[in-house]
Amino acid sequence: MTSTACFIIVSRNDIPIYEAEVGSAAKREDAAQLHQFVLHAALDIVQDLAWTTSAMFLKAIDRFNDLVVSVYVTAGHTRFMLLHDSRNEDGIKSFFQEVHELYIKILLNPLYLPGSRITSSHFDTKVRALARKYL
Amino acid sequence: MPPAAPRSGDAIFASVERVNAELFTLTYGAIVRQLLTDLEEVEEVNKQLDQMGYNIGIRLIDEFLAKSNVSRCVDFKETAEMIAKVGFKMFLGVTASVMNWDADGTCCSIVLEDNPLVDFVELPDTCQGLYYCNILSGVIRGALEMVAMKTEVTWIRDMLRGDDAYELQVKLLKQVPEEYPYKDDE
Repeated sequence: MTSTACFIIVSRNDIPIYEAEVGSAAKREDAAQLHQFVLHAALDIVQDLAWTTSAMFLKAIDRFNDLVVSVYVTAGHTRFMLLHDSRNEDGIKSFFQEVHELYIKILLNPLYLPGSRITSSHFDTKVRALARKYL
Repeated sequence: MPPAAPRSGDAIFASVERVNAELFTLTYGAIVRQLLTDLEEVEEVNKQLDQMGYNIGIRLIDEFLAKSNVSRCVDFKETAEMIAKVGFKMFLGVTASVMNWDADGTCCSIVLEDNPLVDFVELPDTCQGLYYCNILSGVIRGALEMVAMKTEVTWIRDMLRGDDAYELQVKLLKQVPEEYPYKDDE
């Protein structure tokens, strides 16, 4: 089964600091822009929803055709956004929680400036492995 | 009779005051981070860390000798063992091993498998030349200088650069004989 999934991390200042296409579907030329566009549009909803609940995992908050946007907001208001077409909520929740732990490790690195791009290849590999495992 | 010299720093480590490991790691990280911002050049940061380590080392040796009850080391080999087994355990909570002696016993490697300074750290592309733990080499250099040994301490392996352990090469340059500041007839 092929699936589409695009994962991004948006810093508290609304700057994307990490991006990955983690789906197994064949890449389409315009897909990347479309995914960015849908995720970008969902940011407003996240802003409204984030303060209505104490849960970090906001579940599916937006949809575009058959694509769904799931979001996880950390305590520091960094947003993990996943665009996907699967219906596996438990898997997505676990994915977010594990990515959160990886993100904390990155944040604890004294040489990483909070809010800057995550360039660590180690992080990238781990995120992709988690995506294969859970999504 | 003085108590026998300890062969490991476990007992001393258990009795001295400790701080939370993460607090320690992050504090050191903040220092390095600040140095990188202030000095900009990675080479300068390495030098500064070494100098800071030296300043720590020349004080730390007193603390070490006071708390550890070690007796005088007969040769450089014993000194190196003492640093690795007692010194590192006492101040960092890890044990190092000594290996790679050269033929005349003046140069060896202290190998650290585990290093509490580098938890969480990953070197970004912009600081590839950085010796993150350069403070350690300074500490050893400073401490040994206070007990009349001029040494040169360099990093051979560094896990942050993809090696499998931390290896510090300690090279004994010369042993300074003890000098008395007064003359016999005064």
